[in-house]
Parts: sequence; structure tokens; C-alpha cells
Amino acid sequence: MTVQTVRNLRRISQVLFFLIFFWLILRTNFDVSLGMSESGEIILPYPVSIALEFDPLTALATLLANGTLYKGLLWSLVIVIPTIFLGRFFCGWICPLGTLNHWISEIPSERLRRKGRHKIESNRYKRYQRLKYYILFVFLGTAVTGGLQTGLLDPLPLLARSLGAVVLPGMHTAAMGIVQAAKSTGFGPFITIPQAIYDIIAPIFLPFRQMHFNAIGSIGILFVLILVFNRVFTRFWCRGICPLGALLGLFSRFAIFGLQKDESTCDHCNLCLLHCQGADNPDIGSRWRQAECHLCLNCQAVCPNNSLSFTFFPNRDGTKANPAPVDKIDVSRRKTVGSIAAGLVMLPVLRSGVSFEANANPKLVRPPGSTPESDFLARCIRCGQCMRVCPNNALHPTFMESGLEGIWTPIMIARIGYCEPTCTLCGQVCPTGAILQLTTAEKTGGDDTPPNRIGTAFIDRGRCLPWAMDRPCIVCEEWCPTSPKAVYLKEETVTGRNGEQITLQRPYVDPNLCTGCGACEFACPVAGQAAVYVNSVGESRSRENQILLERKGVSKHA
Amino acid sequence: MKRRDFLKRTGSAITLAAITGGTGFLFHNLETSTYQAAVSKSRGFEVPHDTALPKVVLARNEDHIAALNQSLDAIGGIKRFVKPGERVTIKPNIGWDRTPQQAANTNPVLVAEMVRRCLSAGASEVIVSDITCNDPRRTFLRSGIREAAENAGARVLLPSEDDYINIDIGGKLLTSWPVLKHFVETDRLINMPIVKQHSLSTCTISMKNLYGIIGGQRHRLHQDIDQSIVDLAAFARPTLTVVDATRVLLRNGPQGGSLSDVAEEHTVICATDQVAADSRAVEFLGYTGELVSHIMLAQTTGLGTIDYRNAGYKEIVS
Repeated sequence: MTVQTVRNLRRISQVLFFLIFFWLILRTNFDVSLGMSESGEIILPYPVSIALEFDPLTALATLLANGTLYKGLLWSLVIVIPTIFLGRFFCGWICPLGTLNHWISEIPSERLRRKGRHKIESNRYKRYQRLKYYILFVFLGTAVTGGLQTGLLDPLPLLARSLGAVVLPGMHTAAMGIVQAAKSTGFGPFITIPQAIYDIIAPIFLPFRQMHFNAIGSIGILFVLILVFNRVFTRFWCRGICPLGALLGLFSRFAIFGLQKDESTCDHCNLCLLHCQGADNPDIGSRWRQAECHLCLNCQAVCPNNSLSFTFFPNRDGTKANPAPVDKIDVSRRKTVGSIAAGLVMLPVLRSGVSFEANANPKLVRPPGSTPESDFLARCIRCGQCMRVCPNNALHPTFMESGLEGIWTPIMIARIGYCEPTCTLCGQVCPTGAILQLTTAEKTGGDDTPPNRIGTAFIDRGRCLPWAMDRPCIVCEEWCPTSPKAVYLKEETVTGRNGEQITLQRPYVDPNLCTGCGACEFACPVAGQAAVYVNSVGESRSRENQILLERKGVSKHA
Repeated sequence: MKRRDFLKRTGSAITLAAITGGTGFLFHNLETSTYQAAVSKSRGFEVPHDTALPKVVLARNEDHIAALNQSLDAIGGIKRFVKPGERVTIKPNIGWDRTPQQAANTNPVLVAEMVRRCLSAGASEVIVSDITCNDPRRTFLRSGIREAAENAGARVLLPSEDDYINIDIGGKLLTSWPVLKHFVETDRLINMPIVKQHSLSTCTISMKNLYGIIGGQRHRLHQDIDQSIVDLAAFARPTLTVVDATRVLLRNGPQGGSLSDVAEEHTVICATDQVAADSRAVEFLGYTGELVSHIMLAQTTGLGTIDYRNAGYKEIVS
């Protein structure tokens, strides 16, 4: 097999894995074609989060943070073990964000600095590339103390979140807008052609209904910045920032596969540098860096004199003209210790603030089956899969609702969507067990078992129609899904403004029965701020975040 | 500057000025708003009254399909309501994410049989749709209606944002409102409610089921629920009302959730008078039509009669 063939295989692999990743994100939704089991349980037909389970950084960091390797995360060994022997093949061949960066970097630039000798110069190993290791060390330091921040910059959750919460919903809005604009022209072909295109793409790319997500500004800006920086430095993100790349770089320390240079045949044309993805110094005359190489094979493929070849057990003897390669990671001991120490103190500092426990946001309603908050934050990688799969658009990325520590973790915003009592999809897709996989029976509760509660509803008597405006309503009671209903009515006769007697049914909440699903808040006809709202208090996962001394009464459904 | 350059330059500037100014004047609008609601009216879907036939037929049979067919045949048979080539829309209650046993949605067995009857009468197409409360993907699935109706040959349409049209309901309370077009752009409308308790309107049977044809902020309607229901019933005027009382939801309506809220009644009511149908069906909940204010208001408005026994009533008990 020639190197050209292998390079083409690499290209095919990149396209393939990118498409698989994209397709899995697309399929992470509540599909109309889903079936139902005899027991009424709706289960996703295949593991849509599997791509995230291959992530070694998620595996290591969650292992450090919560002490276990959840379910499918063992798959990450499929990446780690070959990396130990081969090097960072994941970055060059598989990583979908790496592929995206690769493609965007390779679009020809009109800027002089991205051509010829300037580009050759920028593709030499640079000191900024060490940054990613320090970022990794900070994250790992934090993980040891039980905090998980890798999800912020780990490319797989980052891409899943960016595609799921920003790119795809944005595409949806755009598609609908184009069709709408086309229709408003009132001109035959202008209407039918966009509509026909829409009808073709909608079943593939667009979920049944438009999703709207919280905090997309911050998610989108980070994603766009990552993509744009490729136009300044080739794969700036992969070279300088990516903590997963850094981890794989560390694991490639003892790789038995690598680049062998033959200085006798080299004529210093520098084509290898011109096409280098990882900035790992493939040229004769400088030290090749195993930990930076993405194994893209461009250097070997473009070399006109066959001076470069990737091989097992490459010759590592250096000469004056071609110094020996370096296996060591280019980090200083002092800064390594410093960044780990910074990571170690990060969590105590964050938690000494108010948003974790001292004054936690009462609106921070977590998905059903979420583990207690400290464990939840030791597991959640902010991949956004739960948000994407939620049929009601109930789950959203937080911005500051759970403080800096919990940025982009899931929160239920009941005004946009409530938690469907028999739905268990978020737990099914969670790759790290932050949301446990409940059965419908566990979620709704039974005759002897309590339901999984995510909060408690409260009536705002200052806004409620029967309470504040002497008008009938009862929508919250109508929508309350528990049986008997947690929102119940009392008939009360009140004196109106002009002395008339008005009989009204006024809503009350029975905290023993309420599960905090938020259907009442969602349906409340008082536009704007609803007259009934859900707070996290009473959530099953917390012993402290409770009102009642004892919660009796068990709600039954299903 | 040469004369030629002068002309080119000023000519270009004048052209740009003219385009800019012209654009402004072209789109200038002195009206405060250009918003206009699309307005059209429903013509109703009723069949003419036949004095030889009853207006309400109740059939009780543990075989629910037989119960439907007995009552349907006694009220004139499907051919009275559906002519060959007509498009029929069936409007069951598919409001909630509940299984058939929980009696929050219309029995899928009845919906499927109704689809088959319509197709056997030569309907060109039978559409089954509803504007649900819970997510339609879940309710259509867990109610069993999507599968049952599709297998019977219907087109099951989940409500989509593109399918609403603004229509003048022409009611006292309801004027312009978004209506799902499947319920208007059709030849025949068959209303298939289930009998359920409701805290504000006492019951939700056939007239209240018509809430499911409109979108928008329909929760606001609860502030005058009686008039809203009557406005909608007067607007929709279905061809036929088929009340599912095979299972009746006695408590915790309109969603229920517990099997202890459900009573098995094995009954189907076919009616051409929706008021009379509700008046009969509400008896399953322990009321009479006179005790339910929206049924009373519907009679006063002239939509039908509460006194179903004298309107032409037949009961078939097997």
C-alpha cells in the first residue's frame, strides 16, 4: 500500500467519522417513528451517545472525579490503547472537531501570512502548543477534587453541544425563515422550489419541532472562535488548546510508531512543513515531536525524495543536521505542578461562592434521575444530549444559573417545556451517569414507591387569575399529571370590586403529591411570568433541599 | 475634470440617489401596521336532518367495534354521512401522553373502525388529527391511535406549525383564531370524543373536544369556558359525533393517570346533535345536561337539545 493510498484512507476515515458523529447528533431526538414496548416504555432504538463514550478524556476525568467508569465509557480504551503504541491517530483520523478544523484550515487563504515561507514558519513547533497540556493539568487537578470541567473544552462534548444546541436549531430557524420569505413573495416558483427543498431536508435534518435553547450565545461564540482561529494558525485549537489532544499526546510518550527521517536524500524543499497539521517538525534539521503529530501522513506523502517515512520502531539516532526526535512533552516541571495546583484549588474556590450550596438558585431544576448536585457536577460533561433528546424542549444549557462551575449543564425551564411524566429519554442518552437511567415506573412511582421528584410547584397568588383577578381558570389543575392531582382546587366565594359575590375555584399545591414536572408552569395562561412556577426544592436527589419534614402520599400514574 | 468624467460621476450619483429615494417612497406606508389576519369561514359539515332517524343512538356491547357499528347503523349507516370521493377528517381526543387503559384519549379501536367504515363508504381519504396538549409525538404514540388508524388506512397527521390558518370563528367570544387546516379544508368532520371529568366545565365530551381544532393561546379560553365551547361547537358543526364511553374517566380529568379513575362502560353513542350527545353522555359522570352550564348555553344558543329522549333517542343493549 502506498502512502498516497493510506493518506486517502485517512481522508475517508475523517469524512466517515465526521458523518457518523453528525448523524448520531441528528438522531438524538424524539423521533416520530419511535415504537413503544408492551409496558408503554419508549426506548431509543440505538445508543446515540456512543461517540461520546469513546472519549478518553471524559473517561479519565469522570473516573478521577467520581471514582467509577460509567457504562459505555470503557469504550474509550479502544482509543487509548492504540494511541499508546501509535500516537495521536485519533486527532488526525477520527476526531470530528479535528476534521472540521482540518477542513477549515485547508481552505486556501488570500493572506500572505498563510502562504509559502510564512506558512512554513507558522507550521514549525511553537511554544504556545504547550498550553494545551497545562489546560489538561488544570482540568485533571480539578477532577481529583471532584469537579469536572473537561466538558468545557473537550472536543467531543463541545462539538455535540455546539451542533445540538446552536448549529442545528439555527439551521431550523433559517430553513423556516427562507420558506416563509419565499412564500411572502407570492411568486409561483419562488414558493414551490424552496418548499420542495424544505420538504426534502426537513425529515433528515430538522426535528419535529423547532428547538429553542438557553445560553446559545456563549456556546456559539466559543464554537465560532475555534473555527475562525484555523484561519490564523492551521488547527490552532488542536495544536494549542485541546485537552483531549494533550492527553493523547501524553499517552503517546512510548509510541513504537513514528517518523523516520533520511537526511541524505532531503533537499530541504520544506513541503513537509507546508502541509503539516500538528506542527510537529517533520522537516530535516529539527527535532520531530511525537506528542504533537496527528499522523495525518501529509509530510510523507508530499516528500518528493522519500526522505520521510512513518514506520514501526523508527530510527531515533540524531545527527547534527537532523537532531533526534523528542519523546518528552514540552512542559516545565514547575508549570506542571503549578497548573495541577491551580486545578486543585479551583473547586474549593468555586464552591466557596454562593451558587453551589450557600445560596443555590431555586430555579435550578435538574433533569429527572439526576444524581445529587456534587456528584452531578462530577459527572456532567455538558454534551447537551439530554437537551437535544428532550421531546418537550424542557432541558437547556445553563449560563450562570448554576454558577461558573456548572456553566452549560442542564436545567429545566418549564416555561418553555415541562418534564413529561412517563418520559425517560434524558437518562437513556446521558453518557456519564449524571442523569441515571430510570424506568417509567421508577419515574412515576407506584403504589408503594414515591415518584422521582425534580422540584415543587408554587402558586403566585399575585398573578393567578382566580386569586388575583377573580376570574376562573384551573388550567394548572387540568394539566397536573399526577393522580390524585397535586394541584387541587377549592371553591371559594369572594366579594368582587363592586360588592358582588363571585364563586371561584382557586388552585392549591399539595407538596406531598407534586413531582415538580412543571406542566402547570408551562400551561399557565398568564403570559410572561407564569402564576405557578417550579422550584427545585423537594427534589428526590437532595436530602437538604426540602420543605416538608416528611413527605407522605405517593402519586400514581402509568 | 473632463466633461465626460463630470457627467459619469454626477450621473451615477443621481442614479444612486434616485434608487435610494425611490426605495424609501416605494415601501413608505402610512398605516401603523401592515398586519392582516387571513379570514375565511367554515361552512359546517352537517347532514340534513332525517325525521325517520333518531338523533342519538346509544349502543352498549362488550365488543366495542360491534357497539360502534350498531349505533352507527341505527343512525343511518356510514353512507348517510360519507359519500364516495369525499375527504373525511376524524377528530379523536389525543390530548395526553396516556395509554388507552387510562381513558384520557379516545379508544384507538373505535378510531380504527371508524376509519375503516369511512373508507368502505368510498371516502377518498381519511385524516386523523388533533392538536394535543402533551407533545404530539408522544400522545399519538402512547394513545395507540397513530398505529391503529394508520393500519386501518388513515393518514395520521401530527399538527405542524405550517398547518394553521387564521379563521374567523364568528363567535361571541372567539373571533379570529388559528385553526388547524385539516379540520376546515375537508368535506366531512367526525368528532370522536371520550367522556371525561373536567374541573371547570364539569365534563369534557364532544363540544369541549373541539378545543383540539384550534391552536394559539387556548388556555386563555378558560376565563369564559362556556362561551368558548359554544362558539367552537357552533363554528365546527361536525357531520357526526361518535362518543367513546367504552371507558369513562370519572376523576382527575382530563388526564387521569390511575386505573382507579376509570369506569368500564362498554358504550358508544352516535349522534347528529352534539348537545343531545353530551347531555346523554354526561350521565356517565353522574350529572344531567341541565347541571352543566356549557351544555345549557349550547341549547340556549340553538345548537341542539338537552332533552335527548324527545329528540329521537334509541338505546341498543346487547
